Amino acid sequence: MSFKEIYDSQNWEEAKATIYNKTSLDVEKALSAKRRTLEDFKALISPAAAPYLEQMAQLSHQLTQKRFGKTIQLFVPMYLSNECNNICTYCGFSFDNKIKRKTLSADEILREITEIKKSGFNHILLVTGEANHTVHVDYFKKAIEIIKPHFANISIEVQPLDQNEYEELQQSGVYAVLVYQETYHQDKYKEYHPKGKKSNFYYRMETPERIGNAGIHKIGLGVLLGLEDWRTDSFFCALHLDYLQKTYWQTKYSLSFPRIRPAEGIVVPEKTITDKELVQLICAYRLFNEDVEISVSTRESEIFRNNIIKLGVTSMSAESKTNPGGYSVEPESLEQFEISDERSAKQIATLISDNNYEPVWKDWDKSFQ
Amino acid sequence: MDKLIIANKEFQSRLFLGTGKFGSTKLMEEAVLASDSELVTVALKRIDLETDTDTLLSHLNHSHINLLPNTSGARNAKEAVFAAQLSREALETNWLKLEIHPDPKYLMPDPIETLKATEELVKLGFIVLPYIHADPVLCKRLEEVGTAAVMPLGSPIGTNKGLRTIDFLEIIIEQSKVPVIVDAGIGAPSDAAKAMELGADAVLVNTAIAVAGNPAEMAKAFKIAVKAGRMGYEAKLGGIKNNASASSPLISFLD
Repeated sequence: MSFKEIYDSQNWEEAKATIYNKTSLDVEKALSAKRRTLEDFKALISPAAAPYLEQMAQLSHQLTQKRFGKTIQLFVPMYLSNECNNICTYCGFSFDNKIKRKTLSADEILREITEIKKSGFNHILLVTGEANHTVHVDYFKKAIEIIKPHFANISIEVQPLDQNEYEELQQSGVYAVLVYQETYHQDKYKEYHPKGKKSNFYYRMETPERIGNAGIHKIGLGVLLGLEDWRTDSFFCALHLDYLQKTYWQTKYSLSFPRIRPAEGIVVPEKTITDKELVQLICAYRLFNEDVEISVSTRESEIFRNNIIKLGVTSMSAESKTNPGGYSVEPESLEQFEISDERSAKQIATLISDNNYEPVWKDWDKSFQ
Repeated sequence: MDKLIIANKEFQSRLFLGTGKFGSTKLMEEAVLASDSELVTVALKRIDLETDTDTLLSHLNHSHINLLPNTSGARNAKEAVFAAQLSREALETNWLKLEIHPDPKYLMPDPIETLKATEELVKLGFIVLPYIHADPVLCKRLEEVGTAAVMPLGSPIGTNKGLRTIDFLEIIIEQSKVPVIVDAGIGAPSDAAKAMELGADAVLVNTAIAVAGNPAEMAKAFKIAVKAGRMGYEAKLGGIKNNASASSPLISFLD
């Protein structure tokens, strides 16, 4: 069975109602369960779980330490391009946003990584918009060829691709592919993505299956928090994760929790999630899935990142620039979104150590294909 | 106490340590030193082979500590063999903890790929210590292709659940011609002592020490437990009996 069939058998409003109808009894049952089900997950993300947040945090902390130890991996994002043919009403790179467009050349990529390497990074995440005529698989392969000698681990967060394209990228050294559904609410998805290839809801939702079929080591999932009701959206994301993990059992999974940030020329939607709710969500995921990797970016504030280290997170970015060329080529160009935590990689590593965790710069080797 | 010998190398300590999951490399070093362990496993993927100043390795730079590189991350025999060759070159040791787990969820070892890789690596001159399920038949098959030891799991890795596979471990220990090192799942010093009492030749511990409130103290506790368990084994434990021994024999009239 494909995930589309599972998704189509679900009803957004019904799922939402079951989450909001969970009681403290359901939460307590979920907390004491040995293995937690999707219904338990619903209870843990429900409003009824709010009074149990300390207990959830303690459990999340224990489970994460058991599985991942006292370690946090560090990675750096590198924007290769901000060219984009999609209209995403919340994004700074949106096609209708009149900003200067840039795609890094081979020489510029080398200049950027030379700068990035000074901070000590060994894991890199390559990010682009969606401009299929210029920023395509051949471009990615060339970029990776330049980057590979300098990094132990390469992830990408680019437009959804076909299975054969993922196979090619896997061969060229891509370890992980991140693709966020943004929202699992089909109608809202179409409102937020009115134009461009991205407007095809199902093509995007079926992307993780194409990645899994291609044998990529790790798949990153997530929703853009702020587009729709975060609880219902996160339930669908958990449903997706559960399906994928059972289907592609040799693949690792990671979750990210991007909250909408202000960007030049866009209006921020209003369905915000508070810090407290985001902690609830992260802990709920950990209680539901003990081995999923959880990543927190520099979108989050210093104070949030200082305190989230012990609550279930396994990787953090640092010193991020969200504009192509942001590290050395064109530091002043427009960003995809404004980052919040601007501390250096060294400062973040110290922060991690001060929490009695080990900052891990390298946890992969090129020798594994 | 008897000395442990693996591939002609003598060990005073029967406690091996993993180096992952520690809150800092310094805590890891303290724990390793407190344990008196002479063999510690390091994940090749965690080591930066391109610099001479890898922090993990520099904290393990003590003359009594031998490195046992592992292939964690390999999904099949081909990747494991490739990684092994790299690690031999970089770390200048032909000892290898073979780990092939295609399943990143429970990190279950793949028996088929492990057997294949062991056979190949032995031919390439490696001292192979494979991480496996507590499968007595697989252990014999590994022996046939020249494994230096076997490392069956006590329970799923990282779970601290102790010796859930005890019945199979007993069979493996009974049948094995190579050292048996119980790896994975040992959650408390008492688990390690129990494994040693069963006759295991050594144990490998990581999570239980790394995630402990005080890793160095926990390492010391494991050191003592492993010694106690081994002494108990060598001193020959009295068997467990369900009934008290009768003090007035019933059949003495036959004498």
